Formats: sequence, structure tokens, C-alpha cells
Amino acid sequence: MSTADPVVETRDASARRGGRVVWSHVDVTVRAGEFVAVLGPNGVGKSTFLQVVLGLLPVASGAVRVRGEAPGQANRRIGYLPQRHAFAAGTRVRGVDVVRLGWDGDRWGVPLPFGGARSKAARERVDEVVELVGASTFAHRPIGELSGGEQQRLLIAQALVRRPDLLLLDEPLDSLDVTNQASVSALIQQVCRSQGVAVLLVAHDVNPILPYLDQVLYLAHGGAVMGAPEDVITAETLTMLYGTPIDVLQDRTGRLVVVGQPDTHEHH
Amino acid sequence: MTAHLTWNLVSDVRQLLQFPFMVNALRAGTIVAIVAGAIGYFMVLRRESFAGHTLALIGFPGAAGATWLGVNESVGFFGFCVAGALVIAALPADRVREQSAVIGTVQSFALACGLLFVSLYHGFLSGLNDLLFGTIIGVSGTQVRTLLIAGAVVLVVLAVIARPLLFASVDADVARARGVRVRLVGAAFLVLLGIAAAGTSQVTGTLLVFALLVAPAATAVRLTANPYAGVALSIAIAVLVTWLGEGIAYFSPYPIGFWVTTFAFAFFLLASGYRALADRRLAC
Repeated sequence: MSTADPVVETRDASARRGGRVVWSHVDVTVRAGEFVAVLGPNGVGKSTFLQVVLGLLPVASGAVRVRGEAPGQANRRIGYLPQRHAFAAGTRVRGVDVVRLGWDGDRWGVPLPFGGARSKAARERVDEVVELVGASTFAHRPIGELSGGEQQRLLIAQALVRRPDLLLLDEPLDSLDVTNQASVSALIQQVCRSQGVAVLLVAHDVNPILPYLDQVLYLAHGGAVMGAPEDVITAETLTMLYGTPIDVLQDRTGRLVVVGQPDTHEHH
Repeated sequence: MTAHLTWNLVSDVRQLLQFPFMVNALRAGTIVAIVAGAIGYFMVLRRESFAGHTLALIGFPGAAGATWLGVNESVGFFGFCVAGALVIAALPADRVREQSAVIGTVQSFALACGLLFVSLYHGFLSGLNDLLFGTIIGVSGTQVRTLLIAGAVVLVVLAVIARPLLFASVDADVARARGVRVRLVGAAFLVLLGIAAAGTSQVTGTLLVFALLVAPAATAVRLTANPYAGVALSIAIAVLVTWLGEGIAYFSPYPIGFWVTTFAFAFFLLASGYRALADRRLAC
């Protein structure tokens, strides 16, 4: 794969779940180092989009290429953070152990204690990503005792530990307060820039991430629009995409409010 | 039996080891303690203590039924516990906790069946006590060999699945996305848990399995959040309380199950106290 090739590319793609078309006619191009938010009303299939990219759900029609290959071929090069709830308070496993699981937790067998160069490389890589996400001060504490923001940083470190080309984050800001939403968004942007990782982040509210984004991808039942946030999040574009009158209001602080988008409650 | 506990530890240990039954008890105890310590750590981490308790109780009708039918007791223990593990593993994933009422009902029925088998087999009165609460003199050389083989198999399989099991236990969703076969690993673990419970039952008795399966792991988890250290510590505590319990039981009129459980409980209390103090210091 040359660096100019898109990390994710879909052409007229559609997804189907239980015989029902979730979305169709989706054309998307994500390049290395881009920070992209996946937006749209509830039930429009934002998480489904990530699953298609991972190859967990086959594309129903059209083409999807991930790093120039069919989805699922390159999953070792993808860091994925599913939509989730926090760790139970009683989970007494250290943050560094959780990050380490991202490195080799899927392998059979146990590494030998004091196991030479390979385990040294693993430890150094874990320390490196822990440092990168600013988790050094709390990474040795049990993960269940950490705050939502601290847990989310460690999970991002876990997703990053194998040096992926692509990060798929499903509502990573959901359980966080406003301050942590901003700092985790800033962290993701910094990772994106410094590591050259493409990021697809599913969100239901664009505002916390708006200052950090390169592109937004708005999904609708019958298509998708992708582009710079100021071009896509407009009354004209969204009205056309959803085929129903939609207003985009902006308050004094620059917060965007999208009014009138249809929530489809067909799946959760 | 004229055993006297003296202040001379060497002569005490020499006294212990002069009887083959005591050597067998210590061998069997050490084997099951190592296995229970390691398996128990993951059971506590996965919050599957209830499943573990159920598997231990299912061993009772197995052993009682085997005795009644004139089959080797070990066969009953292992057969029933492994079968029980497979049934629990076949329950819909994520529902095991919801189905605790179902498992509880089956559990009481299993105990009742055990009681029936005991009453069908006349002249079994002391046997009932031993099955439920353990005995120090009942372990044969053949049984030690069986326990050794079963224990070795459990530890080897556990070592093979350890990392995916830890991943699936801590964070099943991410593990699944990373290609870990969460369901398979969980089912394999339940079978290991069944074998561990069956083996432990033969030393501590069915009702006191948790002295070795839960207490050492729960103690270790309170002392360290490092999984490798946790497993090692859990094994060390399980072995220590077994040796202490069996040693003291030899010199005292009270049963082995009581002593092993008491030492395990004491360690747990100390660790809980330590944890509470350490957490308070952290909060300040």
C-alpha cells in the first residue's frame, strides 16, 4: 500500500441487517492521518459502518476496501474500541495489563517470565503508548478504580499499542463529562497527527469534537455526505440528505444544534 | 493416635510424615491447592463464583452415586462436575448470571439426589460427613495419582488459554473484536473449573471447596492488581493454608475442613484489612 492510497474507501456500498437495508449508496474516502467523525441520527447504522470496515458484517453491495484489501484482511492493523460501559468498580487489574492485552492478549500460551527481547519490546511499547495518552500517573492502578476519562485514555492506548493505521472508535466520549470530552478529543487529534493514524469516530453529538475534526461523514438511509464540517453540517446539505426539512442553528459559543433530523428507532 | 504438638517444628513435621496416610493427605492437598489457587483467581476475576459453587455441589451426588453403585468415588466426582460444567457452558452466554435462580434450583436438587444415594447405600454414615466436609485419612495412593494427572492437565490447558482468558474476562467486547473466541475460551474455563472443583472436593469435602477455590484468590486480588502476581500469590496462599490446616488437624481433635477454612478465612480478613487501610491512605 502506498501512503497516498486511502485507508478506507467505499464505492456505492450498502449494508443489510436482518433483510433490511441499513444504508446504501455510501461513498467514503478516508486517508492516512485524517480525523473523521461518523454522524447521523440514532439507528442510521453508524456502528454498522465500523463493523463493515472490520469485515464483521459483509457488505451487501458495492465495494469496500480497507488499506487496499477486502475488509477483515488487515484487522491486525486496525485498533477498534467498541461502544461500551465502564469497567466494574471491583475490576482489580492494572491499567498497564489492560493495555498489554491489546498487544498480545489474543495469543495462546503465556509468555515466559523474564522472557528476553520480545517481552522487553512489549513492555517498552506499552510504556510508550501509556505515555502518549498521558496515562503514566495512573496506569499502574486497578482500572476499576479509575474515572471514565482515565479508563478511556487507557483503552485508546490499548487500541494504539500495535501501531495501527486505522482507529475505529465507537462513541468513546459517551460516558465522559464535558471537560474530559474535550481533552480526550484533543488527545485523539494529537494521536492522529503525530502517529499518522486515520481515525473514524462515531459520535451522536458533534460539538465536543468539532474543533479537532478534519472531516465529517453524515450517514443516512439512502446515502452519505462526507466533507469538511462547515460544508456538511448545513441546513441545505442535511435537508437534501435526509429529504426532510432540517435546520442548523449556531449559538454564541459556536455550538451547532441540528434540528429536525429523523431518529429511526428500528435497531439499537 | 498419640500426636503431640511440640514447639520443635522439625520433630512435629517428622511426626506428621511417619504415617503414609498423612503423606498422601499432604500430597493430595498440595496438588488440589495449586490447581484451586490458579483456577480460583480467574473464577473470582470472571465473577463465576456461583458457577464454581454449583459445580462443587454437583460433585456430591456424583461421588455418593458412585459409592452406591460400587464405582470409584473419583469417577463420580470428575464425571458429574465436568458434565455440570458443560451444561452451564451450554446456557446462553451472558445469561448465566440471570439464570442464577435456575442454577440454584438445580443445585438444591443435586444435593437432594446425593442425600438419596447416601441413604440407598446403607452403612455409609461416616462417608456422608467425609463427602461433605472432608477427611484427612481417606486419601489413597491411587487417588493421589488421579489428582496429579487431572491437576497437570488443568494447569497445562490453563497456561495455553491464559492470555485470551484474561482478555475475555477483563473486556469481552474488545477481546471479541480482536479475534478472541470468547465463548470457546469461557466454556473451556468452566470445564477446568469443574475438574478443579471435583479434585478439591476430595480433600476439603464438597461444602468446603471454596476454602481453596475462592478464599485464596479473593485474598490475592486484595493484595495485588497484577494478574501474574495475583495467580502466583493465590497459589501460594492456597498451598500454605492447606499445609497449615492439614498439619494442625493431625494434632487436634477437630476436622481438617475446619482448619483449612479457618486459616483461609484468617488470611482473607488480614488482606481485607490491609486493603481498607491502603485505600484510605490513597484517598487522603
